[in-house]
Amino acid sequence: MLTLTCPYDHPLRRARAGAKLAALAFGTTALFLTTGALPAAAALVLVAVLHLAGDARILPFALRLLWPLWPFAAVAVVWHLWRGTPAEGLGVLLRMTAAVMAANLVTMTTRLDDMIAALTFALSPLRPLIPPRRLALALALAIRFVPDLMLSAARLGDAWAARSPRRPLHRLIPPLTLAAIDTADRAAEALRARGGAD
Amino acid sequence: MEKNIAYVALFAALIAVLGLVPRIELAAGVPITAQSLGVMLAGTVLGARRGALAVLLFIGLLAAGLPLLSGGANLYAVWGTPRIGFLLGFPVAAFVAGWIVERTTLAVGLASFAGAVIGGIAVLYAFGLLGMAWRLGVTLPEAALLLAAFLPGDILKAVIAGAVTASLARMRPGVLLSRG
Repeated sequence: MLTLTCPYDHPLRRARAGAKLAALAFGTTALFLTTGALPAAAALVLVAVLHLAGDARILPFALRLLWPLWPFAAVAVVWHLWRGTPAEGLGVLLRMTAAVMAANLVTMTTRLDDMIAALTFALSPLRPLIPPRRLALALALAIRFVPDLMLSAARLGDAWAARSPRRPLHRLIPPLTLAAIDTADRAAEALRARGGAD
Repeated sequence: MEKNIAYVALFAALIAVLGLVPRIELAAGVPITAQSLGVMLAGTVLGARRGALAVLLFIGLLAAGLPLLSGGANLYAVWGTPRIGFLLGFPVAAFVAGWIVERTTLAVGLASFAGAVIGGIAVLYAFGLLGMAWRLGVTLPEAALLLAAFLPGDILKAVIAGAVTASLARMRPGVLLSRG
C-alpha cells in the first residue's frame, strides 16, 4: 500500500512512464513561469478534464489526495488577502493545485516498476558516479524495508501503549533506529553471502 | 561495500518511516512529523557522505512515485508546493550535520546537537526560505516570519537527534560510522 497507483482505468495507463514524466516536468515548469490567475485557471481546467478521460471514480480519488495541501492554501490566501493582492493569491493557489493534481494523475496511472525503469534510465548519464546496478539494489532494499520498519514502529508503539498511558513522543526513536541498523547489518551480511553487491 | 549500501538503504527507509508515523505533536495540536529528524540522524549517525547518499536515495524513492513525504506526497506532487525548498535542502542538511560530527572532537551528543542545529535548521531553513518565497510569492523576510513557527519544533528535534545519537553510541559502540 506504499504506492498511489489507483485501481481505476485511465487512457494514461497505457502511455509510457518516461513520456508522462517528461510531459509533467515540462508542463509544471511552464506553469510556474506564468503569472496571474488566468493561465493557472486554464491549466487547472485542463488537468481536471484529463482526469475525466478515464473512469469517473478517478476524480473523487484525486480530490481526496489534495487534502494535505490545505495549510499551504490557507497561508497563501490569508497572506495575499492581507497584502491586498487577491489575484496573485488566487494564482498561487490555482497553480499549486493544478501542479499537484497533474503530478498525482501521473503517479496514479504509472506502475512502480515502470517508474523505477524510467528513473534508472534518466540517471544513466551518471553511470560512472552511480553504477546502475548498485542504484537499483539500493532502491529495492529501501522499498523492501519501508514496510518492515513501519511494522517495527507499530510494534514498539504497541509495546509502549501496553505499559504506559502517556504518549511515547520521542522515546521510540532510539529503538527504531537500532532496528534499522540491525536490519542493515543482517542485509549486508546476506548480500555478501550471496556474492556481493556487484 | 555491501555494508555501505545496506546502511544507506535502511536510513532512506528510516527517513520515510519517520515521516509516515507522526508521533510528535506540538502543544497547539499541530502535528510535526519526524521526517527532518530522520534527515538529521542520517547525517549524525552515518556521517556526511553516507548520510547525504541516504537522503538522496530517499529522494529517489520519491522520484519513483512513492508517497513517502508526510501528508502522502511524492517528488512530483511536492514540486509545485512551497515544500520543495526543504526537500532540496535535505541532502545538504544531512551532509553538513554529518560533517560537523566527523570533524569536531566534541562529545558525540553535543556534536550531534550542533550538527543538527547547523545542518538541519540553519542550512535547511535557507533552502526552505527560497522555496517558500518562490512558490508562495512572498518576500524572503515574510517567508522567514512564516518559518519562525516551525522553529520550536525543529529545536526539539535537534535535541532529540543529539540524545538519540549519544545513546546509540553508548548502546552499540562502533555503530556510529560518522565517528569511524
